[in-house]
Amino acid sequence: MRRKLLPDLFTERVRAVLFNRRVVFGIPFLWLLLFFLLPFALVLKISLTSAVMAIPPYEPVFRWVDNTLSVVVNIGNYLFLLSDSLYIAAYWGSVKTAFLATVVCLLIGYPMAYAMARAPKHWQLVLLLMVMLPSWTSFLIRVYAWMGILGNQGLLNSFLMWLGLIEQPLKMLNTNFAVVLGIVYAYLPFMVLPIYTNLVKLDVRLLEAASDLGCRSLTTFWSITLPLSKAGILAGSMLVFIPAVGEFVIPELLGGPDTLMIGKVLWEEFFNNRDWPVASALAIVMLLLLLVPIVLFHRFQAREMEKHG
Amino acid sequence: MVKSRSFSFSKVMLVLGLLFLYLPMFVLIVYSFNASRLVSVWAGFSTHWYGELFRDEQILSAVWMSLRIAFYSASMAVCLGTLCAFVITRCKKMRGRTLLSSMITAPLVMPEVITGLSLLLLFVQMAQTIGWPVDRGMATIWIAHTTFCSAYVAVVVSARLQEVDRSIEEAAMDLGCTPLKTFFVITLPVIAPALVSGWLLAFTLSLDDLVIASFVSGPGATTLPMVVFSSVRMGVSPKINALATLIILAVSLIAFIAWYLMRRAERKRLQTPDA
Repeated sequence: MRRKLLPDLFTERVRAVLFNRRVVFGIPFLWLLLFFLLPFALVLKISLTSAVMAIPPYEPVFRWVDNTLSVVVNIGNYLFLLSDSLYIAAYWGSVKTAFLATVVCLLIGYPMAYAMARAPKHWQLVLLLMVMLPSWTSFLIRVYAWMGILGNQGLLNSFLMWLGLIEQPLKMLNTNFAVVLGIVYAYLPFMVLPIYTNLVKLDVRLLEAASDLGCRSLTTFWSITLPLSKAGILAGSMLVFIPAVGEFVIPELLGGPDTLMIGKVLWEEFFNNRDWPVASALAIVMLLLLLVPIVLFHRFQAREMEKHG
Repeated sequence: MVKSRSFSFSKVMLVLGLLFLYLPMFVLIVYSFNASRLVSVWAGFSTHWYGELFRDEQILSAVWMSLRIAFYSASMAVCLGTLCAFVITRCKKMRGRTLLSSMITAPLVMPEVITGLSLLLLFVQMAQTIGWPVDRGMATIWIAHTTFCSAYVAVVVSARLQEVDRSIEEAAMDLGCTPLKTFFVITLPVIAPALVSGWLLAFTLSLDDLVIASFVSGPGATTLPMVVFSSVRMGVSPKINALATLIILAVSLIAFIAWYLMRRAERKRLQTPDA
């Protein structure tokens, strides 16, 4: 009897500890604290050091020599970013390109989402899968597809010349136009999805009431549908704009020498120049620039995830 | 009627938008069967580039490496993401919940260069302080991918959790089920479809990531996107077209199976009288 009871008590105790709510829910908390939040503190720290030829290639901030703790903070990297017009131009270029691409995505994506939400029920799932499917295949390969289409001997130029519309191939690849096109192409599904989920929940009775009361459909759209889908538009725009500002692959593959985007500059600063402190300072400034959009997106997403429950 | 006019405008946009999304992929597929190396010249049908692809040791070993990392990352991300989803939808009064929910939504939009750089700096600092990781490679990529994939899993699972009928869980507990048993017997089967789609989403995200993996990887671990990227940088290559075709086919097949299963489940639900 005793021999049987003891292990039971023991497993009971182990179980109580292991499956305690706090313990179970503490795991993801600690994981994210360690692998998401702490790294940002390190980026901030290293952005305040100066680069040296060493492994790792930066000076320590805190030094303990002869019982004195010395803290060396170097704001030189930030002053350097301000003094060199290249960096300011790169930030401005990124924001401009990302904004333009977001607007184009919205103009294409909103009508698509609208048509999907109004489609018969059994079609909606198929259409949703069709819009999302490209984003599940390789991002890299979808950007690469445009290299073959836009190039000087590419498909589009050959086609236009065959039609006789142009005599010389147009320079489309390695231009800012190609970068915007690439971002729109790659991020369009992320614009359509939140707008669709928003529109599909729209109360149809409101629209019926409006039309019963003699509202014309365009007026109904402007005064009811559009304001009620504001949250979806905001979420979709943030899902496109924020990652697009830091985009590296698209400007690298489709952009030209005059394409200045901050993601690419950061990459080159880190991998080619091996200047970790400047790369970190670039990341911190980018993060500050994106703080407001990120907070806006978080507020929307948190509301989405918390309702009902 | 005015109404049908605006309706058909959006319909036209939907068709055009879908064409815009699919034409470039269609071009890739067609040109993967081109015998010529040049993009603009069609030199007849050939499966030559597929043969080349399967003889490329570098690509094959990178595929294997990427598949393994994606499998481990997706599995871990499902565990972490599901726990996060539970905290966010169920434990309204828990301390630190707001912090957790911001840490889980931020990776959805965080530019990859920032995530990659910050994680690399963490791993370098860890190596200095606690002596691990000595070499960056599979393990560090696994941690990085798990972290950002968890966010996507949490979104998918919390959407499903909101629809779970709490009264069934409460009934089970009233009848003497422990919370743990209730989870496995009642909640888990209900959210299982979300876990599967979350796992698949995390798998494709991990398989596709170039930027974060480039930052946190060492010389030992080369993933498929890294190989594709270094080859694509040089220009268009028919071998990559063949690889792209295979990826598109695989994803389409899985999406088709998912659609078929969902449709069948939907029909079953409609057939049961009390649903």
